Amino acid sequence: MDYIGEHLLPGQLGHFFIVLSIVASFVATFAYFRSAKSASELDGDYWKKLARIAFITEVICVVGTFVVLFYIIHSHLFEYHYAWKHSSLSLEFKYLLACFWEGQEGSFMLWSFWHCVLGLILIKTSKQWEAPVMMVVSFMQFALATMIAGIYIFNWKMGSNPFILLRDSGVLDNAPALHIGGDVNQPLRPDYLLSIKDGNDLNPLLQNYWMVIHPPVLFLGFASTIVPFAFVIAGLWKKKFGEWTKPALPWALFSAAIFGVGIMMGAMWAYESLTFGGYWAWDPVENASLVPWLILISGIHTLLIYKHTGHSLRATHLFFILSFGFVLYSTFLTRSGILGETSVHAFTDLGMNFQLLTFLLVFVVPALVYFAMRYKEIPAIKKEEAASSREFWMFIGALVFFLSALVIIGKTSLPVLNKILGTKLAPPENVEFDYNQIQIFVAIIVAALTAITQYLKYKETPTKYFWKKIALPTVIAIIAASFVLGFGDVNYEKETVGFMAAIWVAVACSIYTIIANAAYIWIGIKGKLKISGGSVAHVGFGMVLLGILISSSKKEVLSNNINGIPAPLAETEDPRENLTLVKGLTSDMGKYTLTYEGDSSHPKKELSFYKIHFKRKDGKEEFTLTPNSFVNYKGNEGLMSNPDARHYWTHDVFTYITSIANPDNTKDTASFKPVPLKINDTVFYSNGFIVMEGLNTKDSLPKELFGEKGELHEAPLKIYSKTGSIYTVTTRLAVAKGNTLSLPDTITAESIVLRLQKVNADRTIELGIKESNSIMEYVTIKAYKFPFIRLLWFGVLVTAIGILMSMVHRISQNRKSRLQS
Amino acid sequence: MKKIHIALLVLIAGAIAVLLTFLKTTSTYDTVDTAISKPGKYVHLMAKLDKSQPVEYDALKDANYLSFTAVDTLGKSVKVVYHNTKPDNFEISERLVLKGKYNDGIFNCDAIQTKCPSKYKEDMKPTDKKLQTATTESPTSNNSAESKY
Repeated sequence: MDYIGEHLLPGQLGHFFIVLSIVASFVATFAYFRSAKSASELDGDYWKKLARIAFITEVICVVGTFVVLFYIIHSHLFEYHYAWKHSSLSLEFKYLLACFWEGQEGSFMLWSFWHCVLGLILIKTSKQWEAPVMMVVSFMQFALATMIAGIYIFNWKMGSNPFILLRDSGVLDNAPALHIGGDVNQPLRPDYLLSIKDGNDLNPLLQNYWMVIHPPVLFLGFASTIVPFAFVIAGLWKKKFGEWTKPALPWALFSAAIFGVGIMMGAMWAYESLTFGGYWAWDPVENASLVPWLILISGIHTLLIYKHTGHSLRATHLFFILSFGFVLYSTFLTRSGILGETSVHAFTDLGMNFQLLTFLLVFVVPALVYFAMRYKEIPAIKKEEAASSREFWMFIGALVFFLSALVIIGKTSLPVLNKILGTKLAPPENVEFDYNQIQIFVAIIVAALTAITQYLKYKETPTKYFWKKIALPTVIAIIAASFVLGFGDVNYEKETVGFMAAIWVAVACSIYTIIANAAYIWIGIKGKLKISGGSVAHVGFGMVLLGILISSSKKEVLSNNINGIPAPLAETEDPRENLTLVKGLTSDMGKYTLTYEGDSSHPKKELSFYKIHFKRKDGKEEFTLTPNSFVNYKGNEGLMSNPDARHYWTHDVFTYITSIANPDNTKDTASFKPVPLKINDTVFYSNGFIVMEGLNTKDSLPKELFGEKGELHEAPLKIYSKTGSIYTVTTRLAVAKGNTLSLPDTITAESIVLRLQKVNADRTIELGIKESNSIMEYVTIKAYKFPFIRLLWFGVLVTAIGILMSMVHRISQNRKSRLQS
Repeated sequence: MKKIHIALLVLIAGAIAVLLTFLKTTSTYDTVDTAISKPGKYVHLMAKLDKSQPVEYDALKDANYLSFTAVDTLGKSVKVVYHNTKPDNFEISERLVLKGKYNDGIFNCDAIQTKCPSKYKEDMKPTDKKLQTATTESPTSNNSAESKY
């Protein structure tokens, strides 16, 4: 059947690109394999040429798929499930890319795209390593291409095709109105597309500029971990066990910098625009990307040990294999739906678990088996490292990092354990503390080692030399740390005293790291900036640690008030973190007074902005924050809130909306209570009393409005609230053209409505009084103070710069040594 | 044995110890009956909102007090108190994961996770609704859609 209005060509073209990319990447894998295996140079070059053609074809296909899918999203072709599901007509241009990678298919494509870029650079630069390394990369491309294939092989669906049509996706199957005769068993109406006016839109929480830049950076980080892995495999295969480390080191450094920044961008996003109340929650999705990064860092350090001493080559192999392996494992965790209850932001299950598991195993198992087989052949030094050597402590540090990664992933894998053993274990009561209480010791050990180890020499350090060099930075660090701990008021009493002591030690150690490494640039390497990348990165790392420690332990709940009727406290009471603000009414919140001034709406979306005015009680400062919320967005109920923050050098004040007056409740159910009154009478209401001050009647009124016998009664009232406020209101009753009209007056702050209902001949009146909560406009907020959060972000930047500095240094080193040989 | 091997063993033993301790601190997924059977123990109660019972939440009175009745798949119910604002999608949620402890007739929870059919089955339900309403109005507003393509 032909359907009206469909554009089938882009989808067919896109799918053609996918299928061709599967074939091309397979050919590239095979040809690179033959090239690497061939004995004669001529034969090898022949296969290499073929492999390059195949890989470049693959690159064209991946880019082609990318362009077509973007075209579909950009042109709002809602006949395609992907465009319909992830975008909408009202979506701003900048978010079109975001909805590209909101879905699993798009994010696989993004990943694959980065491999293309990296692959082209490898072809250009890796010389004799090209064939074996690119074989691994091409095979990865093959694996990724199958993920978006959407091909059926004997009833088994391989991959999920991003170009599937909406009508084939099953979404329309249960919508009778779209089928012929309103019967779901009949085929779709030919004009069904006319009813699909708009897409489902990008999840409003993802409509954020971070969603545009964070995934590309993170996926470049993910993608780049394959390069050190591929060099390991190439080294094992060609039995050039140590040689691969030279070209692999700059790649590993690149990966560490980008990957680290990618992860922390996610943290910044969570902090700035999501309402998790922080930047890191040990959520499985966060952990899954942190773990390969930690192992990668371990691998870089053992590689440096090998480079200088010949030790730790075996460990380096293992770390690079596992770093990439855990990237695949995290892919499995976050995309298979296995995390279920334990994560708030994993992908939805696409029914590809078997394929994802195969993806993981097909890389990790052969690599580990290969490593085990060649283990004995990998050169290792029999002589023991001296306890005063740099390599000994560097290795301990790398090991601690690695084990901490294993502990994190072990805990994160609880749902996997449940699946395998059939148990029903749930995460512990206080998930964050459970991680923190262990990782704080990792932080202490690693920070202390980072501070000291640079001052040790490889092989052996003369005691005198060591103390001479490290004395000054140590003294400065002790002074700085005592100052911070003495006056910084770092108190974290939520958990045990031991934990607080650990925080203090960790704060001191991270200060030591910063100072010792900054000093090392002058003391150790005499200000030679070119080779100072490592020290710069370590300074940044120290800042990251210090930023994390201080901002987390000194995080303050500002909205920690009990507003309204206090309820009895349970024994383990959480501090009550929500504060309700009635519109126009100033409320008290710690150092500030807060006023909810009003709200405004986005012109196109169900997005509201709430103006909250903060005023310091000491009168020194006032400002307005405008957190926003999507209200009852597209079939959801409730709020999706984005916070707003005021940034200072030393801290951030941060607030977001947790609840608003339910619009359903504004349907007023309370009724007017009639009260007879005469002048100077008083009547009580729940929050005070009302005095009737007089009664005026006017009868000479314009006839065209009021008719022949028009009358207008006015009764001025004074309302005395028990809060001390006094309001005056003049209620009116009009008799016009035989009808009586009464206009209710609302005193919002007192939540009462008054209405003059009747005026009797004896100058008494009947006043209607209505008391209702629903007339109040209010918002409930949470507010936090995060101190020194900028130190963390700045530290991340410094770390990345430092790592990239050493990458540049290593590349130029490699170039020099090539020229010499 | 080399020093480095000793360090290796000590650290690995430490890591294993940490993971084993972790397994001891884990909680469990429970039904109302099993949650009541272990008062004071932190559990993940899997239930849903009992819509026949009143939900008490008034941000003006106390923004940090929500109380309702939860009922599990076996039909057992329990009164729940949550000291926070009402979570998103609370009423339309198909399943609630209530994290907390049972004590003296009340399940005190400190976190609620709402699970919506829409988030799980690829937004099927709201979509169907939308499509149907869209279709009912389609004869009158077809023009706008046609001009789009």
